[in-house]
Order: sequence, then C-alpha cells, then structure tokens
Amino acid sequence: MAELKINGKSVQVDADNDTPLLWVIRDEANLTGTKFGCGIGQCGACTVHINGEARRSCITPLEAAIGAEITTIEGLDPAADHPVQKAWRELQVPQCGYCQSGQIMTAAAALNQDPNVNDGDIDAIMTGNLCRCMTYNRIRKAVRKAADEMKGA
Amino acid sequence: MTRLKDPRAPKSPAMSRRGFLVSTAGTTVAFSFLAACSPGSGEAESDGEATSAPDVTYEPIKWFTIDSAGIVTINIIRAEMGQHVGTALARILADELEADWADVRINHVDSDPKWGLMVTGGSWSVWQTFPLYSQAGAAGRQALIEAGAAKMGVAPGDCSARAGEVICGDQKVSYGELVAGGIEKTFTEEEIGSIAIKPASERRLIGEPVQARDIAGKVDGTAMFGIDAKVDGMVYARPVMPPTRHGSKVNSIDDSAATEIKGYRQAIAIDDPSGTTSGWVLAIADTYPAAIKAADAIKVDWTPGPGADVSEEDILDRARTLISDDSAGSILDTGDVETAAAFEAAAQTIDQTYTCNTVLHMQLEPVNALAVMNGDTMEIHTGNQWQSLVLPWLSQALDMPEEKIVLKTYRLGGGFGRRLNGDYAVPAAIAAKQLGKPVKMVLTREDDSLLDSPRSPAVQRVRLAADGEGKVTGMEQHVAAGWPTKAMAPFFMPNGVNGAPFDPFAINGANHWYAVGPHRVRAIENTLANETFRPGWLRSVGPGFTNWALESFMDEAAHALGKDPVEFRLSLLTGEGRNAGSAPNSVGGARRQHEVVRRAAEKAGWGSELPADTGLGIATSFGQERDMPTWVACVARVKVDRDSGQVTAEKLTLVADAGTVVDPDGAMAQMEGASLWGLSMALHEGTAFEKGRVKDVNLNTYSPLRFGQAPELDISFVDSTEVPVGLGEPATTVVAPAIANAIYDAVGVRLRHIPIRADAVKAALG
Repeated sequence: MAELKINGKSVQVDADNDTPLLWVIRDEANLTGTKFGCGIGQCGACTVHINGEARRSCITPLEAAIGAEITTIEGLDPAADHPVQKAWRELQVPQCGYCQSGQIMTAAAALNQDPNVNDGDIDAIMTGNLCRCMTYNRIRKAVRKAADEMKGA
Repeated sequence: MTRLKDPRAPKSPAMSRRGFLVSTAGTTVAFSFLAACSPGSGEAESDGEATSAPDVTYEPIKWFTIDSAGIVTINIIRAEMGQHVGTALARILADELEADWADVRINHVDSDPKWGLMVTGGSWSVWQTFPLYSQAGAAGRQALIEAGAAKMGVAPGDCSARAGEVICGDQKVSYGELVAGGIEKTFTEEEIGSIAIKPASERRLIGEPVQARDIAGKVDGTAMFGIDAKVDGMVYARPVMPPTRHGSKVNSIDDSAATEIKGYRQAIAIDDPSGTTSGWVLAIADTYPAAIKAADAIKVDWTPGPGADVSEEDILDRARTLISDDSAGSILDTGDVETAAAFEAAAQTIDQTYTCNTVLHMQLEPVNALAVMNGDTMEIHTGNQWQSLVLPWLSQALDMPEEKIVLKTYRLGGGFGRRLNGDYAVPAAIAAKQLGKPVKMVLTREDDSLLDSPRSPAVQRVRLAADGEGKVTGMEQHVAAGWPTKAMAPFFMPNGVNGAPFDPFAINGANHWYAVGPHRVRAIENTLANETFRPGWLRSVGPGFTNWALESFMDEAAHALGKDPVEFRLSLLTGEGRNAGSAPNSVGGARRQHEVVRRAAEKAGWGSELPADTGLGIATSFGQERDMPTWVACVARVKVDRDSGQVTAEKLTLVADAGTVVDPDGAMAQMEGASLWGLSMALHEGTAFEKGRVKDVNLNTYSPLRFGQAPELDISFVDSTEVPVGLGEPATTVVAPAIANAIYDAVGVRLRHIPIRADAVKAALG
C-alpha cells in the first residue's frame, strides 16, 4: 500500500511500485482527465505536474511519485480558470479534446515557472505534445495569450 | 485496492438531467447502474439548468423536446470527435424553432433503432441534417405559435416567435408556459418534409459566432471518452495480437509466465462467429497494467492467415500489375468514357504514375470498449462513428438480436474514420458474454496500430491527350488501392458503366469537374491489399490520394503544355454541360471551383517574386464527392534546402466555398485541422507493410506533424447561402499536391510519391 498526494489529497493505492503513475491516477484515483496515448512518453497526453514540473505519467513509476505533490488537470485550478485554461476556452482550441489535458498541463507548468516566453520558447515547450486533430496554430495563440495574462498579473 | 468515488458524480446536475432524459426514453434500467460511470456527452451539463425534472415535456418530433421550464433538448445522433457537431446541428434546429440558445441542451444519444442510420463520416453531418433539423425546428415553431395564438385568443397569422416566446403585438407567452399547458400536435418525418423553412435573411443563429458546448469539458478534464468508462465488477483485457488481420488460427496458448503477474486472471481465445476478428487471445486481469504485462508474457502458437509474408512493395506491385490489365476494375460514369480516339489523334500526350504509402489513423485514444450485460441487453460503452455498421457484426458474434445490443455514446478521442470500423467492440463483447462479467478491453498504442484499418497504399496512372493548340481532348485516371467499402460495407458499392462494382470511397475525386472531353476513370481493387489487411476509411478517404495524383498531374500537364498552372485550371473550369452543377447541392458547378482557385491564387500572391529555392504550388478539389461538392483551393509556399532535401512548408493559403456555414469558428477549425492532416500526409507520416503488418506501431517511429512544423495558415470562406456541405475532410485533399507543385516551382524537381521524404528530394535534385 502506497500513499500518494494528488491534487492536495492523500490517496491510498495498492499497486506494484513499477506501475505507471498514469494508471494509478486514472483507475485508482478515478481522475480520468489524464489520458493514455502512446505509453512511451512520445505524445504527452498523460502529462501531469510532479512538484510543479510537467511529467509524462505513462513512463513515471508509482514509486517515483511517492511523497511528491502530483497535480492533474482536475486540480490545476479549483474553478478550471488557470490562465491557460481560460485562453484555451476563449480561442476554442480543443477539437476532439483527447490530448488537451496534456497540452494544458505542459503549457501551465512552463508558464507558471516563467511566463516570459518568445515563439521559440513556445516551440520548445510544446513540441513533445502531439495533437492528432492538429490544433497547433490555436495552441500557439493560446499559450501566447495565457503568457501575456500571466506576465501582466 | 482502493477505489475512490468519482468526486464529480454526486454533485453533477447533469446526472439528474440525464436521468430524466433517459427515463423518459423508456430505458430506466440502465440509469442507476450507469450513474457510477457518468456516461454521455456532457454537453447538457452546461449553463446551470434546474436540477429538478419538470413535469411536462413536449416532443413535437423525435429529434427534440421542450419542457415546461422552456428547456429545449436536441437529440444528436452524430458522434462528437472534434467537430463540435452537437453545437452545429442544434443551432440549425434552434434557429428555425426560434429558441433562446441559452435554453438549448444537447443530448448525444445512445444507439436505438428509432434513430435510423447512425453514421458520422463522409463530412456529411451538417449537409444531411440541415434540411431535417430545419424542418423539425420549423414544425415546432408552427405548433407553438398555434398554441400561443389560442392561449392569447388571437389568430396564428398575427403571431411570431422569437427567443423562446410567441409574440402577438404587446402580448407574449413563453414556450415553457405553453408546454406546461399541454400541446398535442406532433409531426411525422413525412409531415415535416413539406414545411417551409425561413429565408436565409431571417436566420439568427446560423452563421453567427458561438462558443461550442463541448469545449469546457475538454479544458477541465471532465469530458468522458470511451476509455474513461467504468463499472463495478469489471475486469480489464488486452489482446495478444495475431500475426495476420484475417484468418489467423490459435493452436495453443501458454500463459505460464503470466501467472506470476499480480492481478492476472486468465487468457481466453475469442471465437468470433462474425469473422470480424480471427485468432484473438485476450489477457484478462484485475488492472490494466497487469493486462499489459500479461499479454506480453502469454505465448500463443498460431497458424497465420493470408498475407503473413506480404510487404508494401508487394502490394504496390500488385497495383501496377492490375493497372496494366485493361480488363481489371470498374469504369465510372463520367458521361463519355471512350478516350481511345482522342489519344490516337493527339498531337501530345502526357502520362505519369503516382504512388503513396500506407497511412495510419493514429487517433490519440487507442480503440477500446467496455462491454456489460445488463439484464438481457448487451451494452457496449465505446466511441463509435458507425453504430449501424457494427451492430449486425455484434449480433452475429454474440448470437443476440440487434435490438438487445446498445452502443452507449461517448466522446471520441479522434475519429478520422478509424471508428467507422467498430471491429474493436466485437472481441470485448464476446469476452463479456463468455466470462459473464463486464470486460473493459483497451488496446495499447502498438496493438491499435496493428489492428488499424489504414489508408491503403495506392498506385495511380493519369494520362491526358491534347491537340496541336494545347487544348485538352481526353483524359484518363486509373486508380488501384485497397477497398475499405468492399471489406466492410459492400452494400454501399455501385456498379460502373461496365457492370463491375466499385468502391466509391476509393475513387471519388478522380471524377473531377474539369472540361477535358472524354474522361475515363477506372477504379481497381488492389486484391492483395484486401487479402492482407482491412483497408480503412481515413480522413478524406479516396480524394486524399486521387486528388494527390490528379492535381500533381494537372500541374505537370500545364507545364508540358506551356501554360501557367492557375490559368490552365481556370481555363478548364468552365462549368458547362456535365459540370454546370444542379440544385440543390451543386448549384453553380465548376464555376464555384473556378472562383476558389482564382481567390486563393490572388490571396497568395501568385506570380510574385520569391526568394531562392522558395516556391508556390496550387491545387484544388471539389472535396469528397460530386453529389456534395465542397469547393476548395490551396496555395502552398515551401522552401527547399538543397543540401538536405528538407522541405519546409511556410504557409498554406486556402479558400473554401462550402455553401452556408453554420458554425463559423468550428468550420474554420475543421479547415485548419484538415489542411494540416493533408500536410502531415504529404511530408511527415506514412508507414509500410512488412510481413503482413505495418512496421511503425508507435510514435517513436511514426511521425505525424508536430507543433513546430505547422505553417502559417490563411483560410477564408466564400460567403454563400447555398446548401451547406461538408468541411471535415475537403481541405485534406488539396495540400499534398499543392506541396509537390510548390517544390517543383521552388527547385524544378517533380516528386510523385507521398510522403515526400528529404532523401527523395535530395536524390531528385541530383
């Protein structure tokens, strides 16, 4: 039995230490906003924050997250109003939506640390997240918009 | 194992709302059971409507209801997979109903025979639904006006309706109040067929900006996809993929290594009487990670089916052989198909062959299904695009009547045609029946790629005859590819003029709107493709490759005849005779294609000076099919690095005439996504068969377009009030040829194979 801290709450899980954190989050903690896409850290749909850093939960073993602060899309902001989420709604970024939790968590982790980003930085931040609907141009605008809001804050 | 309660479930107003909806639909059995897993679209969740169920509901026709609180609930039978389809379709109905949009709720329904054909594909949803929902809304408005007039004691002709109220002079009464008072009038499908709809000038929602209702749930993590479904007592399953798509036979299963895995239960062979799958073995476990490990550990001895040694080159070779056999295939009716005389008399002929590799859907949500017996009904929780196709397969596989099988509706984590083929639901359902408990089967990414129904590799030969003045006097296009419709829906195959059946979804696009004189279009099934795998419908399907060949060829022909590629196309888009178009769907015909070509060229600065190794290329199409033309043109600007052969797409300029645009931002999003899919298939993605399987099964080697590779997009629509046609796919069809044509413009080399890899460009540059 391991204890994890997810979105500020303590969660007891009974799973092997090498279990990918993704499945603990989805199937044990029932937080299904974090998605399974590739299982090898190449698509970013499973991105969560571990101690504020964007991490691929599909290749993060459970044991590596014990004692850490884990944040999922459901815990990013109590009202789902993180500047990144607001920008995503305003620009109607999602199409199918399946990758968007991961896109948002990737962008939010980076902008929380430093909202002073140029276009090259945005490329570097977002390049590991695949969007099969190809909403990339809106993602770029939304990251820019969120960054601008966070800089002004 | 600790299972936390879903924190959303108890407080969500959607559940009580949905409970009301479900119970009025007469399927109450399911509701309490499913409350734990919160299925459905979630769109009805928005806007904080009352949680108590109103007493009275009025259903003028099955497509929508109005309750005594004035809430209009519109039933949507199309799958939500990124098009915001619920919003678009609901606004069509709400506009005619004169509903207040704030009072409208969207209900993505489960499968039920009462809905008729349930399919979401072909870019058909808005086109097919527009007349039906317009008239359904108009019928409701008419009934409400009559009821309102009676209540106010005035003549219906003196009343109007607006924003959920019937108005007569300074009197008015709300829809909710009228429903509370009881309205008897209902309509059949036949009755609404004669109801007149509003003139375009009276539209209030169609064409206006709107926030799509599905967006919020996709930003806060609450949107429910098939993979998110769960029920108490379920076990997890993952397949051990057989060596071939067809005809694999299990000889023995050795799961001794799997028994060491915590949570592993058993391995079961799937006996599938429907033939949808063959040689499937499922690893069953208490958790999905255990099922993943177990499937890796289980050893299965199979006798493979056909195709176990087949390579991509074998498939392409078969296509070339078939194309060279004049007796193979089906000739489409293009008016005049006799081209021999034109080619014999030609002063000049142009003849080229184009090829393309296998393309995977790689929709980001791997296919999955949760199958649950609920009383005597099999419920399958899964995202699906063609419920009416998979239900008969399930019926045969389970030996159960179709009426006892229900597909529960969820968001799709990408469709792109993959989920038109519901094959993945079948083994999950068989397993649930066999084990007597709910089974949630999820494929890993690798499994998903191996099961995929990919876009077939294709070979195409295009020929053109011209007279001494360079006038086109005849044309031919011969297309050999795997046929998805033959594999899965042969009842959708018409006959050509030679009496042979053809797959329209593997040839559409070749039957173009250019005036070329006699025109022979031949569709040939690549039999080796169909034997080896199950070819799929993939975004834009046939026109995704037929237009690659056609529009590359038109560019080559223009240059060969000494004409400007834009001028050449414009000169052939005369809109005469067979290409004049007809009401209602193709009014204006090829003249509308002429206009999008003209506009795209103008917007992109066609003919202007460009930096070295930079070029512009044009391509155009009529979208998906002649019966529903969406006129599109694209100008691509590329830069070619001569040292590496690397092609950079710098900008795509697209112009579309899709008739009436219902949801402008959603339409724009579809153009954005579709055009980038086209670019991805032109330059970035593709795989190959090796020993009967695709060789790239995950994103470490399969490489769709990534964030930094997306070019600037300049997309615009022609203002129109013509019939709304499809937008999900048409932009896909024009990008690959525009890119190849731009490469030619930039550096003078012609690439005739997609994907266009840097090595091929470098080799062509010498």
